[in-house]
Amino acid sequence: MKTVGEVQSSNYLLAKFENLVDWAVNASRANSLWPMPFGTACCAIEFMATAASRFDFARFGMERQAFSPRQADVLICAGRLPFKLAPVIRRIYDQMPQPKWVISMGACASTGGIFDNYSMVQGIDTIVPVDVYVPGCPPRPEGLLYGVLLLHKKIKGESLFDHVRRRDEQPLDEKGLRLAPETIDEISEPFGNSIHQFRSS
Amino acid sequence: MIPGVLREAKARDGEHIVYVARERLLETMRWLKETPDQAFDYLVDVTAVEYRDRERPLEVVYFLRSLSRKVDIRVKVELDAADELAVDSVWSLWHGADWLEREVFDMFGITFTGHPDLRRILMWETYAEGNPLRKSFPLRGRFSRAEQVRQALNANPEAHYSLEELSIADAGGDLPEDMRERLKRGERGTIPEPGSRE
Repeated sequence: MKTVGEVQSSNYLLAKFENLVDWAVNASRANSLWPMPFGTACCAIEFMATAASRFDFARFGMERQAFSPRQADVLICAGRLPFKLAPVIRRIYDQMPQPKWVISMGACASTGGIFDNYSMVQGIDTIVPVDVYVPGCPPRPEGLLYGVLLLHKKIKGESLFDHVRRRDEQPLDEKGLRLAPETIDEISEPFGNSIHQFRSS
Repeated sequence: MIPGVLREAKARDGEHIVYVARERLLETMRWLKETPDQAFDYLVDVTAVEYRDRERPLEVVYFLRSLSRKVDIRVKVELDAADELAVDSVWSLWHGADWLEREVFDMFGITFTGHPDLRRILMWETYAEGNPLRKSFPLRGRFSRAEQVRQALNANPEAHYSLEELSIADAGGDLPEDMRERLKRGERGTIPEPGSRE
């Protein structure tokens, strides 16, 4: 029979070991993100500026842009998303291997922005899970870089061993909704100037 | 004198507008295109207007240009909204009218009789909320956001395009096997054999 001290000591060593593994895994994941650009509008111009030499997100380990979702870690949705592209981004997200993260770049990708109309998805978080929202119309490259740094921070807080902190996205249902219908209606409520327009009008 | 003209007007920019009876549209357009001293050989755009005033009829507007004479003309057909919204397609005169008329059909619900492939072009084909540019259409659409998301996710991305558009002329036989399978499941028509199109 082990003494209390021995059990605590072995737990302590195990925890130390887990921390070490987490640190190594998370650091290598965070510092070598392969972005999958999904550029649909003017945010993609800022995204290109971020990738180009002046701002250069290669400094943060993102020098390898993956134009195939099967070789990507982070999906960057840069620009508004019409309903016609909703099944496309869902399929791209499903094709990305675990672990995967999503950055929603700009006002339109995050909330629908000024396009509060019949053809536009009101926030891509109704379609795919989003980790970092970068506000702006469009955000400056510094904004996107700050979002990437926040994503680094988030990744470094994940854990392979702690179920609460472990990131394990379930594959999304092929055609179903990701959120409850009431939730989607609630988060896509009109805001700003558009509250003066009504569905019945 | 242009045949079938009901009345004429000047636009604010000085351009000539002719209003044509719906039944005689095709005759008028053929006359404008084929008469040598008219020679309006280029169809710039087809669009439609619905005015805020419910009493005014819808207008289908054709922008014509004569490349040789360097003159423009607008031809308008008025349609009563309570009536059947249908005009003759000018596709037989200008093949470029194909997508332009499809867009008007999609956004306004105006049918072009004689069009070879009249289906939605901007919205997906199973779109059930109506015609977005009609004044009776609410800005955010008729369904709730959740229902719109659900319907959008259930749309098949490949089904937005015809096989011809996807296979780009004769590449039909060269399509990858899995793509052919998907097209077979969610698609209209048959897969063309290589070289079957002239």
